[in-house]
This record gives sequence, structure tokens and C-alpha cells, in this order.
Amino acid sequence: MTGGHYERRLAWRHFFGTAFEWSFRLAAWGALLVLIVLLAAVCWEAQGWLSWQFLTSPPHYEPKKAGLWPAISGTLWLIGLATVFTVPLGVGAAIYLEEYSKKGWFSRQIRLNISNLAGIPSVVFGILGYSLFIRMFDWIDRHEFQLSLFGRELSFTLPLGPVVLSGALTLTLLSLPVVIIAAQESLRSVPQSIREAAFALGATKWQTIRHQILPAATPGILTGVILAMSRALGETAPLAVLGVAAYIKDGPSSPFDEFTAIPLQIYMWVDKSDPDFVTHLSAAGIVVLLGVLILMNGAAILIRERFRQKVRW
Amino acid sequence: MAQSSPPPPAGEVNPLYRRFSWVVAKEGAIRAVLVACALVSVVTTCTITLILVDHAVISLPRFRDPTLAVQRVQGELKTAEAELESRSAVLDAAKQAAEAQPDDEALRNAFTAADEARFEQRGRVEELKAELVTEEKRVSEGQAFFRQVSPGEFLTGTVWRPEAGEDAQFGILPLLSGTLLVTLIAAIIGLPVGLASAIYLSEYAAPGTRRILKPVLELLAGIPTIVYGYFALNFITPNVLVPLAGWVGLSIEPFNALAGGLVVAIMIMPMVCSLSEDVLRAVPQSLREAGYALGATKFDVSTRIVVPSALSGIMASFLLAISRAIGETMAVAIASGQKATFPVHPLKEIQTMTAFIVAVMKGDADDGRLLRSIYAVALLLFLITLSMNLISQLILKRYREEYQ
Repeated sequence: MTGGHYERRLAWRHFFGTAFEWSFRLAAWGALLVLIVLLAAVCWEAQGWLSWQFLTSPPHYEPKKAGLWPAISGTLWLIGLATVFTVPLGVGAAIYLEEYSKKGWFSRQIRLNISNLAGIPSVVFGILGYSLFIRMFDWIDRHEFQLSLFGRELSFTLPLGPVVLSGALTLTLLSLPVVIIAAQESLRSVPQSIREAAFALGATKWQTIRHQILPAATPGILTGVILAMSRALGETAPLAVLGVAAYIKDGPSSPFDEFTAIPLQIYMWVDKSDPDFVTHLSAAGIVVLLGVLILMNGAAILIRERFRQKVRW
Repeated sequence: MAQSSPPPPAGEVNPLYRRFSWVVAKEGAIRAVLVACALVSVVTTCTITLILVDHAVISLPRFRDPTLAVQRVQGELKTAEAELESRSAVLDAAKQAAEAQPDDEALRNAFTAADEARFEQRGRVEELKAELVTEEKRVSEGQAFFRQVSPGEFLTGTVWRPEAGEDAQFGILPLLSGTLLVTLIAAIIGLPVGLASAIYLSEYAAPGTRRILKPVLELLAGIPTIVYGYFALNFITPNVLVPLAGWVGLSIEPFNALAGGLVVAIMIMPMVCSLSEDVLRAVPQSLREAGYALGATKFDVSTRIVVPSALSGIMASFLLAISRAIGETMAVAIASGQKATFPVHPLKEIQTMTAFIVAVMKGDADDGRLLRSIYAVALLLFLITLSMNLISQLILKRYREEYQ
């Protein structure tokens, strides 16, 4: 073997390594490039269309007069209700799995089930919501009910039909696995010594969880909840499958009102043939959607920081 | 404590015990509530399976049996037909009587009245017959999808024409190959790029670079899919693919599978990257150092030591990403169109399984075969994604490298 051959081989290996390093680097920075191009393209198409009038008026068949207000209000209702349902269910399930369940067949099945549920496509959840909440398996005839709640008269029908409550429940089932997995991780990161100290002082299991573990795990749980909710916020497919109304003049005023949501409204616009709707109005809608997402995530970071300062051990 | 407190008088329970049993009851109740929370997810899965199987494979019994309506109409039709017979007999008798005595006014009037009565009854019978056909159609179309369309025809048919009424054809292959085409394009681009950036972030990047790129990837993963659909339709196709295709000399449709596949690749790339990076970073430093000690270059260490050590985790992340690509709906529905074609072509309009479901449900589908077909498509989708998730978990569990 000549030295020249070795040198050449070494140079070749270094060249090969450098070339691949640069391609790896390109792949990673490509993500940033794609993000910038995407945001720039959306903002470019949206400019001039995003106005106060756009934010506050109902949809209209003329692009210049169309607005997003019912969709914005519908989305806020939807996410608010879904959060109210998801948090107790998700955190409760996570507490059971992490603190109570013994390692056995039953808890293993639940865990497996949750990770499978997280992988089911969102359209399938839409079909679930359609059959379960909107049609209620056709088991009951359409009936109207009156409900007096906090001095307000609510009237609703069963089966529910495409109302905010059906949408929120569907989104709850959809985001539950994500919340459970995040809350589990957060509970797992609380040191075992905290539990042992609480038990040593004579605290019951629930007292330990309520006063020691949950406060310590709250920042992580909140992060998970907000991430899951911002994912649910952008979900279009389940709502489209639920048959949520395309044209709504006003935002909902109770959980039993029909509604529309921002992503669905964008889809309706993209689906039209008028280029103003397809490119400009939907871009303006996307800017609003991303704005709401950024607000939510910003709020999440703030809340998390506040809680983190409070908890010390 | 029990020693310090005075013994309770006979017949009375120690308050400490009472308090204790209250605490035990409370703890038990809380535990039950938490178990119920955990069971919600199991119930959800069972309900999904039940709904899909009920509408697609077998019709489970209902409280309101639609066959009852058919039986009711059949009974009414029977009595109406008997009535028609008797009225015809009356009419015949009146006719004979009227013909026997042509001058009698009363007999002629009776004949006219009988004729009218029979005519009316005949109309009623026709109405009931039409109603019977509707009800019977409701029963037959309300049957589970695979009772109406054979599974063999469904799985091997190459024509998907669900809205043609009586001539409707339900061959899943156009939709299935549309989904697979989009998934293939997304996998060819998204998986290697995701893995490459995971290797870069885990092996090459400085901490400062990681601090910039990790949030960027999280942002990309958090962008709603409808935005990607918009991006594909209004940016990638007109500004990238059309000029490119024109330059190469190919024709491209405004809705095409390639744009859908590209955005799905962008969507799965952050997922592959973050999952793979986690497993790459879990490879112990000593393995890398051993490689360097043997004279390996950084590239050799990364690709021949670190990646093979983390292969099971990488494979699991690939499978999860592919399953996500298969289930992706809105981006593909917007970018790749709504026309079920076979054989599929990357530069032409296609329809995926998910896009079909949304297209049907967006309009007001009546309760017939068309509505049942989405349950069959969803069942197939559910089975594919479920099996991929199960396989990825199996890989993770069986081949997980344990480093101490």
C-alpha cells in the first residue's frame, strides 16, 4: 500500500464527510427557509385585506365586504369549551396512570390505547363526532328541550346537531391523548422524594397529589394543554366532517348555537372559485388564525413562567 | 394517638374512626373518578370501532327498526288493495245495472259515484306503492356498506364513482393509490430530510444553532394543516411546480398530487426530526468516542455508529410519520383536488381517502349508500394507521437498545 493511496483515500473521506455535513446542515436550515417563505407568501397575499372591517363583519358573497367575526367568536367558544372538558379528563387520566395504577394488564392496555388513539387520523374523529353527537346513532327522535341555567333560558335539541357543544366534544376526544401523554410526562418528572416526604408526614394519597404533586407538575401540564389546544384550534377536518354550517351571520351565544370556526371558514374560501376568496381572503384568515395561535402560545409561556416561580422545593 | 384519647363510651364510635372512614371513602371516590377519566380513552376507541363496524360491516340492531315502517306500509297497502277490489266489484255491479236500464237517472249517478270512488282508491294504492318503494330503499340503503357492495368489489375495483345513484361503483383502488402516492412522495422527501436534520442537530450543530432551529421545527409542526394546503395551492403549484414543469416540458394540473405530497413532506419532517433526534441523543457518548479512537471521521461516526445504534427509534419515527401522512386530510384535499383517478399520476388531480370523506360530508349527504361508503373508507384508514402505530410500538419495545 502506497502512502499516496492512503492520502487520497483520507482526502476522499474528508471530502465525503464535509459534503454530507453540508447536506445535513442544508436540510436543517431548510426548515427555517420553508417557514420564512410560507409566512412571507401568506402575509404578501393578505396585505391590504386584513382590516378592522374584515375582523368584525360576517361572511359575505362579495370579497370586499366579507368578514371573519362569526368564525373568530366560534373558534373562541369552541376552544374554551374543549379546554374545560379536556383538562379535568386528561389530567385525571394521567394522575390515575402515573400515581394509582399498578403495572399490570389493565394499565398496559390503557397506555397502549392512548398511544394508538393519538395516531388515529382526525377525520375519523370527525366521523365519531358526527355519529355520536350530531346523529346520536339515530336512536332518538328530534326533541326540543328547555333548560333554565343561571337565570338564562337555554333551548337545545337532542340529537345535538352541528352546534358548538358537538364540535367541542369532538375536539376534546381528539386532543385527550395528547394532553394525557404530556401530563403523564410532567407528573413523572416530579421527584419521588416529594411523594415519600408527604406520605411520611401522614398525608393520604390524594392529599399528596393535590397539595404537592399537582402544583409541582402544573407548568408541564399547562404547556401540554396549550400545545394540544393550539393543535385542536387548527383542526379543520373533524369540523368539516361534522357538517358545521358554512354561512353563519353571528357568533354563538350559547353552547347550543350553530357555529363556524376560523380554519373551516378558510377552507370554505379556498374552496370557492373567485380568486379573491381563494388567495387573498383566505390568506387574511390564515394571518388571523396564526395570530390567535401566537397569542395562545404567548399566554402559555407567561403562565408557565409564573407557576415556575411559585413552585420551589 | 389512640392511647392518649380516652376510650369511647360503649355504643359510640370513636370520632377518629369516623373521620378515618370518611377519608377512606373520599379517597376511594376520587380513585373511582380518576379511573373513569382514564377509561374515557378506551371507551372512545371502542366507540370508534363500533361505529365504523356498524355502518360498514354489519348493521347492529336499532331501537327504531326501519323494517317496521315497511311492514306498516305493506299492511296499509294490503287493506287498500282489498278496498280497491271491493270498490271494483261495486262498480261492476253498478255498471251492469246502469246498462240494463239506461234511462234510470239514479242508477247512472250511482255508477258515476262508484267510478269516482274506485279512481280515488286506485290513486291511494299507487301512493302507498311509491311509499313502500321509498321505505324499502331506505332499509336496503341503510344496510351496512358491505351488505350492499361486496368487499371483493370494494377492495379490487378500479372505478370510484360513488355519486352516480344506481350506477355507482365503489372500487377503493383510485382512492387508496391516491393516498399511497401522496404518502410515497412525502416519505421520499420528508423522511431523509428529517433524519438528516436530526443528525445535524444531534451530532454537528452548536448549542446556539440548536436553540434557533428547535423552535423553528416546533413552529413548523404547530402550523395548522389548512395553512399548508393554502401554501401548496397558492404558492408551491403556481410559483414552483408550474415553472419547473414548463422548464422540463411536462404539463401539470392546478390540482396535483405532487404539491400535496410536498407539503405533507414539510409537515412530517419536523416530526421525524424531533423523534429521531431524541433517540440519537440517547446514544451514549462512549460509543462515539470509541469510533473516534479507531480513526473514524465525524461522518463515519454519525452514520455508521450513532444511526445504527438508534435504528429502532428511527424506524419507529418513520412509521409514525408515514401513518400521519396517510391520515393527513386538509392539505391534500385542498392541494391535490377531488377527482378519483386511476391509475394515479403525480402531476394530475387525485383524490385521497381522507379527501373523499371530507368531500362527502361537506355537502348534505342523505342517509344512503354514499353516506355508508365513508364509513367503509374510514374503516380501511383506521385499520391501516392502527396497524402502523402498533408495529412502530412493537419495534420500539422489542428493539429498544438499553444503555446504562
